[in-house]
Amino acid sequence: MGKIIIEIMAMTRRRGLILAAALVCAAAGPARPATLRIAMAAEVTSIDPHALNIAPNNNIAWHIFDALTHVDAQARLIPGLAVAWRAVDATTWEFDLRRGVRFHDGSEFGARDVIASLERPLRVRNGQFATFVQRIAVKEIVDEHTIRLKTARPYALLPLALNSVFIIPARVRDAAQADFDSGRAAVGTGPYEFVSFRRGESVELRRNDRYWDGPAYWDRVSLRIMPADRARIAALIAGDVDLIEAVPTADIAPLQSREHFAVASAVSWRTLFFHLDQRPEPPPFVRDKAGRPLTVNPFRDRRVRLAISKAIDRRAIVEHLMDGAALPASNLVAPGVFGYDPDLRPDACDPAAARRLLAEAGYPDGFAMTVHAPNNRYVNDARIAQAVAAMLARVGIAAQVAAMPVSAYIPKARGGELGFMMLGWGSYSGILALRALAVTPDPARGNGAWNWSRYTNPVLDGLIEQALRETDDARREAIARDAMRTAMQDIAVIPLHHQFAVWAMRAGVSYAGRTDEFTLAREAHPRAPGGAQFNPP
Amino acid sequence: MTLPVLVLRRLAQAAAALAAMSVLVFLAVYAIGNPVDLLINPQASQADRLAAIRALGLDRPLVLQYWSFLVRAAAGDLGSSFVFNAPAIGLVLERMPATLELAATAAVLALLIAVPLGLFAGLRPRSIPARLIMGGSLAGLSMPTFWVAVVLITVFSVQLRWLPSGGRGPTTDVLGLQLSLFSTAGLRHLVLPAATLGLFKLSLILRLTRAGTREALAQDYVRFARAKGVAERRIIGVHVLKNIAAPVVTVAGLEFGSLIAFSIVTESIYAWPGMGKLLVDAIATLDRPVIVAYLLVAVVVFTLINLAVDLLYLVLDPRLRAGSEGMRAGAGAKGRRERPR
Repeated sequence: MGKIIIEIMAMTRRRGLILAAALVCAAAGPARPATLRIAMAAEVTSIDPHALNIAPNNNIAWHIFDALTHVDAQARLIPGLAVAWRAVDATTWEFDLRRGVRFHDGSEFGARDVIASLERPLRVRNGQFATFVQRIAVKEIVDEHTIRLKTARPYALLPLALNSVFIIPARVRDAAQADFDSGRAAVGTGPYEFVSFRRGESVELRRNDRYWDGPAYWDRVSLRIMPADRARIAALIAGDVDLIEAVPTADIAPLQSREHFAVASAVSWRTLFFHLDQRPEPPPFVRDKAGRPLTVNPFRDRRVRLAISKAIDRRAIVEHLMDGAALPASNLVAPGVFGYDPDLRPDACDPAAARRLLAEAGYPDGFAMTVHAPNNRYVNDARIAQAVAAMLARVGIAAQVAAMPVSAYIPKARGGELGFMMLGWGSYSGILALRALAVTPDPARGNGAWNWSRYTNPVLDGLIEQALRETDDARREAIARDAMRTAMQDIAVIPLHHQFAVWAMRAGVSYAGRTDEFTLAREAHPRAPGGAQFNPP
Repeated sequence: MTLPVLVLRRLAQAAAALAAMSVLVFLAVYAIGNPVDLLINPQASQADRLAAIRALGLDRPLVLQYWSFLVRAAAGDLGSSFVFNAPAIGLVLERMPATLELAATAAVLALLIAVPLGLFAGLRPRSIPARLIMGGSLAGLSMPTFWVAVVLITVFSVQLRWLPSGGRGPTTDVLGLQLSLFSTAGLRHLVLPAATLGLFKLSLILRLTRAGTREALAQDYVRFARAKGVAERRIIGVHVLKNIAAPVVTVAGLEFGSLIAFSIVTESIYAWPGMGKLLVDAIATLDRPVIVAYLLVAVVVFTLINLAVDLLYLVLDPRLRAGSEGMRAGAGAKGRRERPR
């Protein structure tokens, strides 16, 4: 729809000119005080930073609050309210807290606030942040600016987990969710202070002039909630907002070609891939070509998995379906993310080799199966499934497509009712991604919660176990890469591509984009007119 | 039908609809799947997942879940949204003023424009303006809402820059309701969505008015009045308008319900924070308490609208009051005298 708007506008431009004049006004820039108006693509449900762990809420929380550890634009861990941390022994972590930081209400930040913030997620009713603090068995205040956290078992990813725990002042530890939504308890140390929250409409913020990392540029920030793609695009073109997130792939090129707008993108942490059921029995929805059930599970044969991977033309999907806004994948985490193995290369499309592999595995005539995918979750998800089915047909696998809303899809996939199914995953760490997606399922230890393939590989399991204990960053990353290579060379799952996160903005604003897809006002800068350009990552 | 009987019957229908609706929603959401799978943080462990399912009460048999819903609903508690973690009925009511304001503005706009234009087109069916009006109304009926919205935004927001492209403007507190009707900025935000939403109804009522007018003009009583030398103003104002009032009111009333229901599309294109958008999101995330709360409110609103239409009917059409006290009332007698049989 946004595309239609742009096309209508393009038509008008050829004729004439009210438009040009209007756009010049838009490019002239706002009068002081500088206000940045951002259109968000999903609804903010609460300001409480410990209640619901969904991206839009976290996006707001990153304006108002800080965490002990932050991540940079490439999703790498950097200091936040903790300036340094170290493993004292296998189960004890020590964090040095930043000095001289003040909350928005003027009170000083210290160790007591951290303890309160680590406890509150456990008490919030139906809260979704408990998982990040559950492993902490003992919390100890060493002095006002040092804390120690002990875990029952060695847990090397604790500093990463604490990136998800926002720090509140100890005095609001018992505040209810409604107190945060009204603003009474929405007090943090972040770069912006809470002004108002209108549910379903907008969140208004003003700059924290005392921010410890230097004050942000914009005096005021207005984050508007506009889930409809066309609403965001129209608002940008009409000059009602300055920066929009989640630009549909089809709108990238038209917006790029416009004079007074710029598009920016970053490789998102979201990676798309296919799970294939590798349990001993033949998978659901997989038959021989006459429709008879198979006696063995073809997906347990690495040659079959490799044949499917080689049948898929990732470059064509990226170019034609994603309009260039994706990167063919060889890993389960995006480039630059902890544990990404740069030596792995995406399997090249080679239908002849795929046929050969299928024949070697005992399927010279292929087989029949259904490709399952959601149709409202990932960028172009159902169309990608269609394309993959067509590519599989070229090597002799007769594939049908069944796409459904994600609310119906996930329970089926989780329940083992599907054979070949699409999933997208975003993670700050290859270790966490592999543990959820490819390690042998073990509910008691929190392993393999999303391993719909029921893939099992003792070598991989051992490497991940080892990585979770290793507290030295360099050694842990080496193990994580090993683990990634082990899983991907065995084709535990079939990677497709890393999505791009795409932003569009008027020419007076520049935003570089982030791997974690957040739209942070602090990282949006004013730009002199004429400086607009598309920066592909 | 007397007034108390009418009201009681409507209330009984509403209660039956509510009961049937709640059972359907429970069964449907149960059949689709488990909202926890959509809600929970993907990194969460199996134990977290089971804890979340227990916390929401989703581990219990459906019949028990339904029973405890009924017990709590009787006490006025429709449960908490899984997604917002806040009382569901509060979420719906919080957004209802925005939707009602939009729908009411659209309905008023539609009536104010449609009736005069329809009357004109009915009185001068062969004039050029009448033909233009009828052609325009056909377009208004055929164009899908989202397309109308895009065209209006393109023209009035993007090119002319007269009106904002979306969002709800500042609101003022009127008797506890947050309304945007009472400030210029609020009205500016309301114009495009209301016009988009009202266009279809406008066209419909316009055509209805025209057809009614033409039919009335051909009736004996109008011809007789003309022959008698009654002023044209009185013929139109009294004889014609009164006779087309009943069907127009019926359609406008019933269509007001569909304005509320169809505001979903308009709300999402204009980022209007109404309850239609809330429902769509709730369905996508299987947020059962919000779905139930929304439908409950919708059933109540529809019942009230139907009741209001019934009552208006009684006022407008004395024939329906036969046997009731209205028959003996002065107004009824007067109405009867002026109406042909």
